[in-house]
Order: sequence, then C-alpha cells, then structure tokens
Amino acid sequence: MYTLTAAALLVTMGLVLARAILGPTLFDRILATNAIATKMTLLIAVIGFLTDRPDFLDIALLYALINYIATLAALRYVRAGQSVASNNGEPRTPPSC
Amino acid sequence: MGNRAPHQVAKMVDVITWVMLVLGSGLVLVGGIGILRMPDVYTRLHAGGITDTLGAGLILVGLMTQSGWGGATIKLCLILAFLFFTNPTASHLLARTALKFGVKPQPESKKGSSSKV
Repeated sequence: MYTLTAAALLVTMGLVLARAILGPTLFDRILATNAIATKMTLLIAVIGFLTDRPDFLDIALLYALINYIATLAALRYVRAGQSVASNNGEPRTPPSC
Repeated sequence: MGNRAPHQVAKMVDVITWVMLVLGSGLVLVGGIGILRMPDVYTRLHAGGITDTLGAGLILVGLMTQSGWGGATIKLCLILAFLFFTNPTASHLLARTALKFGVKPQPESKKGSSSKV
C-alpha cells in the first residue's frame, strides 16, 4: 500500500522533473521546483510510515516550510531583478510591495 | 459502529486507508501529467495546483487513518493545513509575477495541432 503510493509519487516527480528540464520559461522551472518539493514532502511522510518511524513527519513538515520559503524567495528575486532590468540597469527605488 | 468485532473495525480502517492512498496517488499522477502536458505556464499552474491540494490531502488523510489518534496524526494535520494554505498563495504569486514579467497566456491552440511537449 505504501510502496504503491511511494512509486506513484516517484513517477510523478520524474514527470515534473521532465517539465523542469523542458520548461521554456523561468516560471515553469519555479513551478516544477515547487511541485517536486510538495511531492517530496508526501514521499517523506509515506516512507516514514513504510519504515515505521514517526519522526519522519517532522522532516516532512520542515521540508514543506522550506519549500514555501524557497518559492517565495525565488519569485521575489525575479521581481526585484525585473524592475532593475526594465530600468536599463540603474536600480530603481524599492517597490513598495 | 459500536457492536462490530474489533478485528472487523481494523479491517475497515485498512480498506479506507487503501482506497484513500490509491485515489491520492492517482490524483498526484494526474497532476504530474497535467504539469507536463499543458501548453503554457498558467494552465500548468492550474493543473499542478488542483491535484496538489486534493491529491496531497487524500494521501495525508489516508496516513492519518492508519496512525489513529496519536501524535503522528497531529503532525499530519499540521502538514495538511500548511499545504492547504501555502500552495494556493505560492501559485497566486507565481502567476502574478509571470504576468508582470510579460509571459503571455497562449490562446486556444488550433484543433489537431498537438501541443509540443
């Protein structure tokens, strides 16, 4: 039961990895990273149940937290870079977001 | 539910867990295929977002029924609640930044033209 779920999660991560490699735009790659990390959170939880070790769930929770922060940081970085790029080089006053 | 023999209840819980895990992993697979097959970023976000919350929800609730009323269930609830709140916000921010960055949503591609993978 758990091995089936873990296998399905691994196959999905392979598919999403293919999207990460193929992805034409940068946002496909950020989306793929986010999706892979969410699947990894589930995989860690399922493997925790497979090997009967309840402490894996803390790792899964931590991984979900870090993934969220990574996605936001990547997007914030892109938005900061974009405002500099569109202002042909010199930095703009920081956006009041 | 009270008058059932304990081993029957245990078997029912296993059946429920099995059904939930299979449905959850099926949905997660659909999400993976959706992310790969969709023509542009926004539809991929749509495909990824939908099945993430429901697919992940089913798998986590399936694990919860297996772990009973213990500490593991509380952690699983935390993971589930966190995924439910953060995935939509991350997808929203991603779509907005992509739109601001100038990624054009692709119009409906012509019938019969297989979208290049």
